[in-house]
Amino acid sequence: MSELFTLIVELEDKPGQLLKVLEPIARNGGNIVGIFHQRGKKTPLNRIPVEISFRAESKKAEKIIEELQKEVLVRRFGKLRTAVISLLLIGHVIHTDLSDTIKRVDNSDAECVELNVTMPELNEPSTAMITITAKSEEALERALERVKEICQEKKIMVIEPINDEI
Amino acid sequence: MIKIAIIGFGTVGQGVAELLVSKKKEIEKKVGEFKVVAIADLTGSISGEFSLEEVIEFRKRTGRLPNNRNAIEIAENEDYDVMIEVTTTRLDESGIAYMKTALNKGANVITSNKSIAVDFNGLMKLAEKKNAKLMYEATVGGVMPIIRLLNSYLALCDILGVRGILNGTCNYILTRMEEEKLPYNQILSEAQEMGIAEANPKADVEGIDAGIKLVILANTIGIPAKFEDIEITGINNITPQAFSVAMAKGYTIRLIAEASKRSLKVSPRLVPLNSPLAIKGTMNAAMIKTDTAGDIFVAGRGAGKFETATAILSDLYELFRTR
Repeated sequence: MSELFTLIVELEDKPGQLLKVLEPIARNGGNIVGIFHQRGKKTPLNRIPVEISFRAESKKAEKIIEELQKEVLVRRFGKLRTAVISLLLIGHVIHTDLSDTIKRVDNSDAECVELNVTMPELNEPSTAMITITAKSEEALERALERVKEICQEKKIMVIEPINDEI
Repeated sequence: MIKIAIIGFGTVGQGVAELLVSKKKEIEKKVGEFKVVAIADLTGSISGEFSLEEVIEFRKRTGRLPNNRNAIEIAENEDYDVMIEVTTTRLDESGIAYMKTALNKGANVITSNKSIAVDFNGLMKLAEKKNAKLMYEATVGGVMPIIRLLNSYLALCDILGVRGILNGTCNYILTRMEEEKLPYNQILSEAQEMGIAEANPKADVEGIDAGIKLVILANTIGIPAKFEDIEITGINNITPQAFSVAMAKGYTIRLIAEASKRSLKVSPRLVPLNSPLAIKGTMNAAMIKTDTAGDIFVAGRGAGKFETATAILSDLYELFRTR
C-alpha cells in the first residue's frame, strides 16, 4: 500500500538541481504529489529549501531517501499524517494520569501532536484540547475510539468536532 | 367551513386562538371559512356556539374554561375536521391519546406535542389508514421550517443526515458562557430569571428535549428511531475554560443533535466559529445534508407563544389551502 511522504531538501541555486531529486523518486515508482519551491527562504549557505511530497510504498520510500542522501542535503523526511482531529476533554485530565492517556492513544498509525491544558482550581475539572494526527481517516477513527474508551474509563467528557460526514 | 377543535389551552393554545381572531381575514382568504367548534384543556372545556375572543378572555381572567366536559369526551364526541393538539409533552401513551382519538374518527391533527415521538410510526400508519393527516411542524425547532422542508421541498432528495440545534435554552446558556466565560450554574440561574430556562431545567440541559425532537426528525427522514436509541449527553458539565481552549483553535461549543444512518446522538460538540451552526442565543438551527442539493441550512426561533402558533397556522394552511 502506498503512503504519503514529505521531504525537505536544500538545493544549490543552479540549473539541474531539482532533477537530481525528482529522478530517483520517479525511478523507484514514487508518485509526486506536490513540489513547493521556497525561493524566498534561502539558507545562509545560499541554498533553496524545496518541499516535496510523494506517494510510494514504505520500502521504496526508504530506498528513495537513501539514494537522495548521496546526491543532495535532505533536511527533513517523514510520513505525512493526513488526517487530523482536535478534541476537547473536560474532567480530571491531569489527576487521571495524562501521560498514560496519551501513551494509550499513540501508536504507529496515530499520535497526539498538540495539547493545551487549563487548570482552573485545585479539585476542579480541567479542560484540555488535544490534537491527534493519523496517517489515514481509518486510523484516525480508530484513535478516536481509543480516546473515547480511555475517557469513559477515566470519567472524562469528550467533545468531538462536527465534521463533514454525519 | 373548516371545523377546528383545540385541545390544550395554555400558552400555545391561546396563542393559536389569538392569531385565529386577529388574522381571521387573511387566514380565510387563504384556506376558506373556519370556525373553532370546541376547546378543552385540563381546566375544562367549551363547545357549540361561542365567541372565541370571549373564551380567550374568560380563560385568562378565571384561569379555566367554563364547562366540565373533559378533553377526551370533547375529542370523541365533537364534530371537527381538524384537531389542534397543543398539550404538553408526556413521554408515554397518554401523550398521544387525543391525537389517536381524532385520527380514528378520520379527522386531521396539527400538533406541537412532542409526545408523537412515543409512537411516530404507529400514528402515521393510523393517519394513513383513516385517510387523515398528522401535521407536526411545531414539534421540532418551533417556527424554524424544517419538517415541511424535509417532507415536501426535499421529498425527492436522499437525506444523508440532519444536524441541528434543537434546544434554545441550551443554546442560550452556551452562548452566554462563550461570551462571558462564566460558570454554567451562574448562567443557568440567569436564564431561569429571564424565563428562558424552566425552574426544573433537567429536560433541557440534559439533552432530553433535544433527544425527543431528534426522534421526530430521524423518523421524518426515514430512520425508525426510538428515544432509547439516542445517545444523549447534556451541557451541565461544560466549563467556561472549555470555551477559551476551544476558541483558541477556532471553535465554539454547541449542543448538537444529529441523525443519520450511522449516528443518532445529542451531545456538546466543537463547532467551527465560522459555521452557521455557531448560532447565538435562543435560536434553533439545522443543517441538512442531501445527495443532490448539497447542504441546506435553516434557522428560526425555537419557542415562544406566537412563534409556535405560527408553525401551527402554517400546518393549517398546508392542510386546507385552496389554491
